[in-house]
Amino acid sequence: MITLVKRPTPSRGWSYTTPLLAVLATMIVGGLMFAALGKDPAQAIRMIFWDPLFGPNAAYFRGQLLVKAGPLILIASGLAVGFRAGIWNIGAEGQYIIGAICGASVALAAYPAESHLLFPAMIVAGALGGWLWGMIPAVLKVVFNTSEILVSLMLVYVAQNLLAYAAFGPLKNPQGFGFPGSRNLQQYPSAHNPELFAGTGAHWGVLAALIAVIGAYILMHRHIAGFRIRVAGEAPRAARFAGVVPARLVMFCLGLSGALAGLAGLFEVSGPSGQITDGFNAGYGFTAIIVAFLGRLHPLGILLAGLLMALTYIGGDMAQMMLGLPGAAIQVFQGMLLFFLLGFDVLTNYRIRIGRARA
Amino acid sequence: MTLGGIDIIVLTATLMAASTPVLLAATGELIAEKAGVLNLGVEGMMIMGAMAGFAVAVTTGSPVAGFLAGAVAGALMALLFAILTQVLLSNQTATGLALTLFGLGLSALFGKGYEGVRPPSTGKVPFGPLAEIPVIGPVLFSHDWVVYASLILVAVTWAFLRFTRAGLILRAVGESHDAAHALGYRVIAVRVAALAFGGALAGLGGAYLSLVRVPQWTEGMTAGAGWIALAIVVFASWRAERVLIGAYLFGGITALQLQLQAAGYAIPVHLLSMAPYVITIVVLVILSAIHRRGAQAAPADLGRSFHASA
Repeated sequence: MITLVKRPTPSRGWSYTTPLLAVLATMIVGGLMFAALGKDPAQAIRMIFWDPLFGPNAAYFRGQLLVKAGPLILIASGLAVGFRAGIWNIGAEGQYIIGAICGASVALAAYPAESHLLFPAMIVAGALGGWLWGMIPAVLKVVFNTSEILVSLMLVYVAQNLLAYAAFGPLKNPQGFGFPGSRNLQQYPSAHNPELFAGTGAHWGVLAALIAVIGAYILMHRHIAGFRIRVAGEAPRAARFAGVVPARLVMFCLGLSGALAGLAGLFEVSGPSGQITDGFNAGYGFTAIIVAFLGRLHPLGILLAGLLMALTYIGGDMAQMMLGLPGAAIQVFQGMLLFFLLGFDVLTNYRIRIGRARA
Repeated sequence: MTLGGIDIIVLTATLMAASTPVLLAATGELIAEKAGVLNLGVEGMMIMGAMAGFAVAVTTGSPVAGFLAGAVAGALMALLFAILTQVLLSNQTATGLALTLFGLGLSALFGKGYEGVRPPSTGKVPFGPLAEIPVIGPVLFSHDWVVYASLILVAVTWAFLRFTRAGLILRAVGESHDAAHALGYRVIAVRVAALAFGGALAGLGGAYLSLVRVPQWTEGMTAGAGWIALAIVVFASWRAERVLIGAYLFGGITALQLQLQAAGYAIPVHLLSMAPYVITIVVLVILSAIHRRGAQAAPADLGRSFHASA
């Protein structure tokens, strides 16, 4: 008979070990899945986790790593703050889209004027757009006690339709020969978010992600506000007695994560992607949820988790090209990782006792 | 009978079919939530049901086999959720999200090769002369058996929760798992069963989407229907009869929106497509405003893990 005994406090050792265990388990079960798909599992796993970093074409892929990790880390840093407080913003994908639309709109309105002020203005617009989209569930939660989970998620679909509307309508490139999609911002110097150091893939968004990690670390672990957030998540009643105002917390967490997601969208649309198109959003907002959990909601963990998840994206693309692995396989792989992570977490909070439990 | 280019009879008739997927999924989720488990993975279970149902129906040529497969796929997904949340005591919100992400990926993976195929058609129930009655015929007697089955299911769920001993136990587990445990009921077993039932209905709803509503398989075709189902449970304040009203309301909006698109109004398509989601939010807000004062309708132990401490 196996019984679980609750630990008085979560185990520190296990909380560091479980993410690694989860990655390992995902590799094994994922490998079995690849084998079932008729691919050589060892080769596929090597291609996903090893070749992008050290393989023959690694120089190119290493640059891609930061391009993909940047938005994931930026979004996940904001989400993790809310998750710690028990505030579930799962609509980062929508905030990401709106940030991109707002930022791009500023650039497209100014086109073709050149100014050093344009890019900063776009950054403000992107953050503001995401913040605004995040404030909708926040205000509704505070005023009417509406579930922020459902509202933020519904707003993803609203944002997606807005994006399609913008790409086919108001933001469509007037010189685009009737094709949907906006002007390409990569060809508009004042609005372009370029690679800052050649070959690294690091653009302003990657820098912003690093700043977000440091900022989140200071906020959560060196500042009283972070302490309040954590108390509110772990013991809401105690937090109330300590003077934490839940309404303010909700506004802060959803606003912050919205703004960061909006920034990520802006940096993407002005950099790697270049234009507003119907399918511009690539699911970063949802993958960032996995990143946040894989990083144990800790800023530094998120940094590592974001890089790892970016690796699976790039490796997955590579395996898709070289081995003909279906693109969806990597999505399954990522979902599996989250499952294992959540499952293994039992080890952090409970002791496993084999034999009869003493009464 | 037309109003502003919209045929009211056609609208009402399509409303019932349009509502069926969310009605099934919401009824299933209602049972799970009444047992105290918040499964946010409805979208993932639905899309797996849609894919499995479609694949089996196409392979065997039998829609019935397809619907069964959809229900089984949904239930299997729910059991995965049950193992994680009930045995390994993981966080329900996070696990539900994981289930959705996983389901979307897995269905896309297995669904490859079924795109662009037409499924065998699900026959309408032959009502004979009843279907010939003007107005009432096309509205009430022109549907396939799943539509009627879903209505019966809602009635059964309502009666189960209200009048049966098992329903009472289920509600007790959802209201206070500690009290139910102390009375000797097996909290975990009840919850796993409720989850499996919820998953089966979500899968069935998904299969209805791919086999009848669309009818086609495309990646991510549920497009938020699972989340709308979750919203409907809140809308219904956890009561079966109100789930029916909620589902038909949303189905009506979807049907109306599609008809407006077809009628060629000068509103951009993408703005019309937003309507069901925006209205879901509006309704949620109105409802939360009403319920702000007074007793909360949600089961008291909704979303809490149960661990029997020795």
